[in-house]
Amino acid sequence: MGILENKFNDNIIVGQMDKLIGWARSNSPWYFQFGLACCAIEMMSTAAARHDFDRFGAMPRSSPRQADVMIVAGTVTMKMGLRVRRLWEQMADPKYVISMGSCATSGGPYWQHGYHVLKGVDLVVPVDVYVPGCPPRPEALLEGLMKLQEKVKRQKTLAKIEE
Amino acid sequence: MTREEIYTRLTEQFHESLFEKSDEPFNEFITVQADAWFDIAKYLKNDPELYFDSLMCMSGVDFGPKDDTMEVAYDFHSMRHLHKITTKITGPREDFHIPSVESVWRIADWHEREIYDLFGIIFDGHRNLKRLLLPDDWEGHPLRKDYEVQEYYHGIRVPKIKPKKLTP
Repeated sequence: MGILENKFNDNIIVGQMDKLIGWARSNSPWYFQFGLACCAIEMMSTAAARHDFDRFGAMPRSSPRQADVMIVAGTVTMKMGLRVRRLWEQMADPKYVISMGSCATSGGPYWQHGYHVLKGVDLVVPVDVYVPGCPPRPEALLEGLMKLQEKVKRQKTLAKIEE
Repeated sequence: MTREEIYTRLTEQFHESLFEKSDEPFNEFITVQADAWFDIAKYLKNDPELYFDSLMCMSGVDFGPKDDTMEVAYDFHSMRHLHKITTKITGPREDFHIPSVESVWRIADWHEREIYDLFGIIFDGHRNLKRLLLPDDWEGHPLRKDYEVQEYYHGIRVPKIKPKKLTP
């Protein structure tokens, strides 16, 4: 929102506007379509007909500039970590990150012996929701997306944030 | 051809001191001197009786600082004669040079790059010897026994994780 962001005193009009913006944002979490490992298979399965990501308004976008949510699905290696950060930097605000699976969260099975694996994608980009599992079931990813929707709805866009 | 016949054929063609044969059952291989390896490789490929046209696998082995040896094993198969042979080259852990056979078997290109990447063995005469899997600016060769993980990679901290002691 740039120049309007967090500039207004909280009153009934600004509050309602914030609710409206939060409702609109939370119901169109277009996610950035990229998978890194086996979690991507579950993500594809979530997007397919049976679990149907679309009913939350989540559409796969192939470009970071059109996406709102980045689902880091899979093992992030050191080499890929730099690319993930660059892709995240290319996304337009507001942007959110879901860390899917134990590899993206903490390194997972590569915690001890994976010399090349990033020990958690939060070393590179800020993460909003962690989804545990190896890999998580589609239901778990849906739960993660719903948690993110709750978070986005609570966010104040126009109203001043009290320190 | 059996391994014995292949060995005899090689010693007829080249000097016998270049080869060393293992006599263990189920672990049949011929150890070759690194200096003569390129000529021997060309002979293995081009001789009509041997005709090893397929390099099935190349493996690097590090035996650790105690033994101070490293090894590269080649597995060959002949599509025409359906026989197999394993050759090995051993050398020191530091500054280990082997002639590249990438111009003989084209598949050796990536195999040699991978072994260079993970072990630091240098293949002389390779046309494009750089890292295959890891980034170009990676420090060290991970499959060596004395490998230590770097502390930072492009500003990303790499946490040091001590191996857990197994409780009996």
